[in-house]
Amino acid sequence: MTETRTEPAGAPGALPAAPAPFDPRIVRADFPIFATPREKPLVYLDSAATSQKPHPVLQAMDRYYTTCNANIHRGVYAIAEQATALYEDARRRFATFVNAASPREIIFTRNSTEAINLVAHAWGRHYLKDGDAIVLTPMEHHSNLVPWHILAAERAVELRFIPLTGSGELDLDALPGLLADGRVKLVSFVHVSNVLGTVNPAAEIARIAKAHGATVLVDASQSAAHMPVDVRAIGADFVACTAHKLLGPTGIGMLWGRRELLEAMPPFLGGGEMIREVSLTSSKWNELPWKFEAGTMPIAEAVGLGAAVAYLEALGMEHVFAHDRELVAYAMERMAEVEGLKILGPAADRRGGVVAFTLEGIHPHDVATVLDADGVCVRAGHHCAMPLHDLLGVPASARASFHCYSLREEVDAMITGLRRAQKIFAR
Amino acid sequence: MNELFRENILEHYKFPRCHGTLDPADVTFEDANPLCGDRIRMDFRIGDGVLKDVRFSGHGCSISQAAASMLCEHVQGRPLDEIKSIGKDDVLEMLGIELGPVRLKCALLALKTLKSGIWGVTQWPGEDADGAL
Repeated sequence: MTETRTEPAGAPGALPAAPAPFDPRIVRADFPIFATPREKPLVYLDSAATSQKPHPVLQAMDRYYTTCNANIHRGVYAIAEQATALYEDARRRFATFVNAASPREIIFTRNSTEAINLVAHAWGRHYLKDGDAIVLTPMEHHSNLVPWHILAAERAVELRFIPLTGSGELDLDALPGLLADGRVKLVSFVHVSNVLGTVNPAAEIARIAKAHGATVLVDASQSAAHMPVDVRAIGADFVACTAHKLLGPTGIGMLWGRRELLEAMPPFLGGGEMIREVSLTSSKWNELPWKFEAGTMPIAEAVGLGAAVAYLEALGMEHVFAHDRELVAYAMERMAEVEGLKILGPAADRRGGVVAFTLEGIHPHDVATVLDADGVCVRAGHHCAMPLHDLLGVPASARASFHCYSLREEVDAMITGLRRAQKIFAR
Repeated sequence: MNELFRENILEHYKFPRCHGTLDPADVTFEDANPLCGDRIRMDFRIGDGVLKDVRFSGHGCSISQAAASMLCEHVQGRPLDEIKSIGKDDVLEMLGIELGPVRLKCALLALKTLKSGIWGVTQWPGEDADGAL
């Protein structure tokens, strides 16, 4: 089988493809889940839902709990100081990872969803007034729709949507028109679609939005885990990420925000740590980033995130992305051989390592169940993007997605399973 | 071969019984499983305490559609009193398989549609208030 490779930068819209110098087989050996004995070897094609975790991440969390478990920031004894140092070190690492100007711009949350909700509450409720508008896209995960629905139910804020092209990309020609009346205060969009795989031109969207005076939020849940993300190069105001998709643990997410915006915003959750002074009837807020981190935070998870970032940096995000894209191109090539299989979204050279599809006459749940019998894990459903599926005219889809440990043989196993599903469901 | 795709399930899925709509119907009810987009509509003709006729339509996975077919075939022409006592275990017995929590929702959508349509209830024997989980 020949490999389809995209031409590097220059071709408009096509994404640069760098060679992947790491061997996914060697990388895979770092992920204990693949070595766990089971009836059939694990074929894991659901990394867009959550990634697997390498030894260094698990070891870092274990080491934290076994050597210096203590609550952070207020303890003056040695292990509390060690725990605090680990926690803040994770913040610094992540700040560097996404090229934030300062670690103070990184707020730890529970996940991307909470990061977006933080913006909706602390920024949105503070700044959005009746008559304002928000621009979103139809390819958003529910996490970047529902917080704005809640806000729009409270006040007269209009939601507008950048239309999709036939190939499942954003029709940016329509964006200036959406922004023209000056009422749009926020443009919030997903960087890489978790269904279509589309890599949206974040910097271009941010530039157009900013030119019209809008604040920009980017949902980087998928992108930050798979490709280099530079928050300053994108030119956004807020970027939401989650650790569990980038080889880290569940339970911790990251919001990057431009410092002056974060400084001006009121807090999100109230409680311990986020305050400087508390009297019985009032409080003064702590400084950034702790103003937004109320209560005991997921310390071990932060430590795990730090280890995940270090692991990914050692691989090189451009190489991770190249590997993903090589696999998605291979998968799409193989899937084209399967009769009745319809791929959702754009061509391989315009997407990340995600490919959602439908198989004629077989419900995606049944596809996933047949594959599961062979140990092949794919996701089936609407992938928390019901409006997008409505728009595409399918009730649900099956989805395969990759990460640095994914192999071509796993794609092959899926193709075999798809053919088996077709045999089972043949009338 | 995967138990979920036993011959009886595939057979009902490929050749569903009581499939279609009734016009006129005494009651029409539609329900969906938001998780996977399974959707089932049932049309009923009811009289003298008996479910005289039932048809289902909709779309979804093999489990949801086969369960609807089996259930409709089972309840057609039966007294409502008998139908009321049908529970989760009866549906699973008809399917003849064990199901995990996710696919259980698929299997029970037809029963939920049936009972909601006739009685407006969303619970049935053997089911706790939280639903199939």
